[in-house]
Amino acid sequence: MSYDPAAESVSIARLKPSYGLFINGDFTVPSAHDAFVTLNPATEAPLANVAQGSGADVDRAVKAARKAYDTVWSKTTGAERSKYLFRIARLIQERSRELAVVETLDNGKPIRESRDVDIPLAAAHFFYYAGWADKLDYAGYGANPRPLGVAGQIIPWNFPLLMAAWKLAPALAAGNTCVLKPAETTPLSALVLAEIIQQAGLPDGVVNIVTGDGSTGAALVDHPDVNKIAFTGSTEVGRLIQQRVATTQKHLTLELGGKGANIVFEDAPVDEMIEGIIDGIFFNQGHVCCAGSRLLVQESVADEVLRRLIRRVDQLRVGDPLDKNTDVGAINSAAQLARIKELTEYGEVEGATRYTSTCVLPDKGYWFAPTVFADVAQSHRIAREEIFGPVLSVLTFRTPEEAVAKANNTNYGLACGVWSEKGSRTLWVAERLRAGVIWANTYNRFDPTSPFGGVRESGFGREGGRHGLEAYLNV
Amino acid sequence: MCQVSTAPLRLVTSDDRGVQLPADTTRPVVESETALKAMLSGLSGVDSVGAEARAAKLATRSLKKSTKLWALDLAISMVDLTTLEGGDTHGRVTSLCTKAMHPDASDPSVPSVAAVCVYPDLVAHARSVLGASGVKVASVATAFPSGRASLKVKLLDVRDALDAGADEIDMVIDRGAFLSGRVGQVFDEIVAVKDACGAAHLKVILETGELVTYDNVRRASWIGMLGGANFIKTSTGKVGVSSTLPTALVMLEAVRDFAESTGSLVGVKVAGGIRSSKDALRYLVVVNETTGSAWLTPDRFRFGASSLLNDLLMQRLKQRRGAYVRPDEFSGD
Amino acid sequence: MSKSRVDVRKTYKLLINGAFPRSESGRSYEVTSAKGAFLANVAQGSRKDVRDAVVAARGAQSKWWSQSAYNRGQVIYRLAEMAESRREELAEHVALCEGLSKKESRSSVSRSIDRVVWYAGWTDKVAQILGSSNPVAGPFFNFSVPVPSGVVGVIADQESSLEAFLDAVFAPICVGNTVVVIASEQRPTPAVLLGEMTATSDFPGGVLNIVTGITGEIAPTLAQHEDVDGLDLGGLDEAFETELAVSAAGSIKRVLRSGHDDPASLRRLRAFVETSTVWHTIGQ
Repeated sequence: MSYDPAAESVSIARLKPSYGLFINGDFTVPSAHDAFVTLNPATEAPLANVAQGSGADVDRAVKAARKAYDTVWSKTTGAERSKYLFRIARLIQERSRELAVVETLDNGKPIRESRDVDIPLAAAHFFYYAGWADKLDYAGYGANPRPLGVAGQIIPWNFPLLMAAWKLAPALAAGNTCVLKPAETTPLSALVLAEIIQQAGLPDGVVNIVTGDGSTGAALVDHPDVNKIAFTGSTEVGRLIQQRVATTQKHLTLELGGKGANIVFEDAPVDEMIEGIIDGIFFNQGHVCCAGSRLLVQESVADEVLRRLIRRVDQLRVGDPLDKNTDVGAINSAAQLARIKELTEYGEVEGATRYTSTCVLPDKGYWFAPTVFADVAQSHRIAREEIFGPVLSVLTFRTPEEAVAKANNTNYGLACGVWSEKGSRTLWVAERLRAGVIWANTYNRFDPTSPFGGVRESGFGREGGRHGLEAYLNV
Repeated sequence: MCQVSTAPLRLVTSDDRGVQLPADTTRPVVESETALKAMLSGLSGVDSVGAEARAAKLATRSLKKSTKLWALDLAISMVDLTTLEGGDTHGRVTSLCTKAMHPDASDPSVPSVAAVCVYPDLVAHARSVLGASGVKVASVATAFPSGRASLKVKLLDVRDALDAGADEIDMVIDRGAFLSGRVGQVFDEIVAVKDACGAAHLKVILETGELVTYDNVRRASWIGMLGGANFIKTSTGKVGVSSTLPTALVMLEAVRDFAESTGSLVGVKVAGGIRSSKDALRYLVVVNETTGSAWLTPDRFRFGASSLLNDLLMQRLKQRRGAYVRPDEFSGD
Repeated sequence: MSKSRVDVRKTYKLLINGAFPRSESGRSYEVTSAKGAFLANVAQGSRKDVRDAVVAARGAQSKWWSQSAYNRGQVIYRLAEMAESRREELAEHVALCEGLSKKESRSSVSRSIDRVVWYAGWTDKVAQILGSSNPVAGPFFNFSVPVPSGVVGVIADQESSLEAFLDAVFAPICVGNTVVVIASEQRPTPAVLLGEMTATSDFPGGVLNIVTGITGEIAPTLAQHEDVDGLDLGGLDEAFETELAVSAAGSIKRVLRSGHDDPASLRRLRAFVETSTVWHTIGQ
């Protein structure tokens, strides 16, 4: 039984040949000189020209945000802000198919994921925070908590639209205005979101979107008239940003990297656990900060789990992201692919046993076959460094205490998984895991009501839930 | 006591990447109810959220064009065309059997179904209509659907059906015994019925709607397979909850595990509530991605259904004609 | 009987891991009253002392957090009892250090003790105020709990020798952190007394560690120490605060800058708490 390619249609994306910046409610006319090309990583074909935001562009955007804050948005009641956010949520739902295709083209993730996870969650975030806008008094931060002002927000390429929603929705609900800097390799869905923001009638300058590379982000971080910086990306860059922001009065939240431990006990529900391991590391091609990139399996069942895992890995369908049957899509960029290859090659050098999926990879585009390393030791680089790709490192443990110690033996602390049918043990382990998110008998579940974020070098601050408002209030 | 095989593994087919059978088939031996209970409680639990999520994800697989055509024909060939009504008559059975052999009067390329499924006292008539057509006669037995009768009566029921010419027996397990923990009794009854069947194929109906939990479905599946079932079957179709995709998934996982530990390949029949081609194709996807293509044959997978057949025929015709067709294109029965 | 009794004078030592050592460097420095009179030779803590304190704090943290919130509350309350019974002594030191009148210093001590009582009552309520159960759109039980960041380094306010010291120290402690605090350089004695009181309050060793010394010399060690999870920079001037905030960024520390003195905002309680969210499947 073979599945025919069931490709989603590209024309739904309605891509333009070039996009300008979205500042003060309008799209700038894109200039020929200050542009870069965004590619489809599955084919390496160019998708569109996108403006490279300069320092001057960032300045204009911040000025627009400041003016909007001072003259309009800070005078807009919570109830009114709420209605704008509800409008945006609805528009995302209306244009969901278009957004899903755009996201898949620009990012490389399977259309099934953009359609069933990314876009619906993005709409849900706007819905959720819309409801908070006029209830801030009840959020637990005292009466009449005030916004911070202008928020500079820098988002990564792994969940482009969803990360934009995670940043904009709470910031706007709390009364801030925003300048958003999408990732260099995935600007398109944010630009469609800009159209949606126009359609929603949001006042000019409340949201500004400035595309560009790392220098654009740096300009935003350093801009003196920004009150708040929110960054999601690597720990390496997060560190630099924190250092720069420390010399100012700006507020800061960071959501950084991770090396999540997916802990499997011998009494785990076996078939669902295998799916959970797969979901944990191959969902979104492993481009997930909270990925379960380390499997810690109880030694008594390690062989059996590995056998079932390898079999399941081989069933993963890797290929055209627009094909509705694809499970694993393309790696987002040549640079990321090179990083994944480098670390995986090192894994072999270190002496781990490598299993690579027998899937056939397309000729063009950036692809990496799902890979599992067994016999990994805690000291191996592939057990300690974030690969950010479809590569799983398997280690064993003997007792719950050892599992916890190994899971915590990292400077990161974003997410972990625990698989067991024994509730008391699951909770015992969860209490001791140093992580901001712990999934029990499941993995990679997200919800706007559920606070997400890390401890230690995975960052600070939470997105989602009541806790997500704290980042955007002066409390 | 059923032992997990320690023999080296080999793949069923090289592109299957599915079930890895042991080199030798081992005959599992269940020594006592105590041993059986221990074995069953040693089986992994099923997390219902995870199982349902997996089934839902498999349901998003999209089949287009040629695969769909092939899958529709395959599904037709897997149907056990069923009538199990108090008001069944010879006339009804005649209609059913005729349709079973030639589902679409205007198109001889449509495959015949796998079997017809009737009550024991209509087996003889069904046999006479079907003749040597290749369509099997399956009979429900063992005080179907409730199973509430003595073993003596249930075995008589089976013999009656076999004497009348049934090729396959669809028995029901004793759910009362199962739910009260008398798994040894459940097992013994299956063994006795299998014994009575001789060469005839035995399908063991678990009645998953009454078992309720997936853990129970998994355990009952193993009891059925250990007892000698050729097929394990979801439902009688006579209670509120019949076959669901996650239930079938759990049963197929059990079948896969059983095959890997004993080398025996047991079939799965889903019955009750499967009315549309969309549903049927989803089940085939679940089979494909759980046990693999070796189970994509009427010898190992069946649909117990009645109205499903017409929907399969309609979809088949639509694919060929390119337009939606009227239900009246096909015979009602 | 002699006219004026020769009194037994106290040596003001460090508090590390429940013990009161001198600085491993052997040094001490002179502390005078606000009016310039000699007050004491206080231990001059070294970088190594800070390091030892961090080790002690880390060692004590999981045990402190594994105690019930109720127990933690009782321990903190007992400290208030101790402080109350030694209020005159505290008032005397506050008066001398800060140049306050007897009345003013007594008020300050009263407020301080009341603050400790306030924190004692928080331990078993923080989870209810900062935590939540979250109504996710799926069959999961989802709950968020506040867990302590771990080891918190505090550079205590230079001016307010007791009140601000207590705020900075007990907020993180009552939510489950352990603390290494560098006391006010010029006004350390009330803090040292407080430290002595922990010994009779059932405070496990290592929960509160007090290092006296020259702020400029040892604060950077605390700020850069990678095994310190949070940092309260209240006791520094702006330039120094910025410098240490930058160096703290190297290990992504949670940094609390100066200017968070309004208890009503609960900022101090939230500053060194991490929200840990658990999802558990719900099904038959």
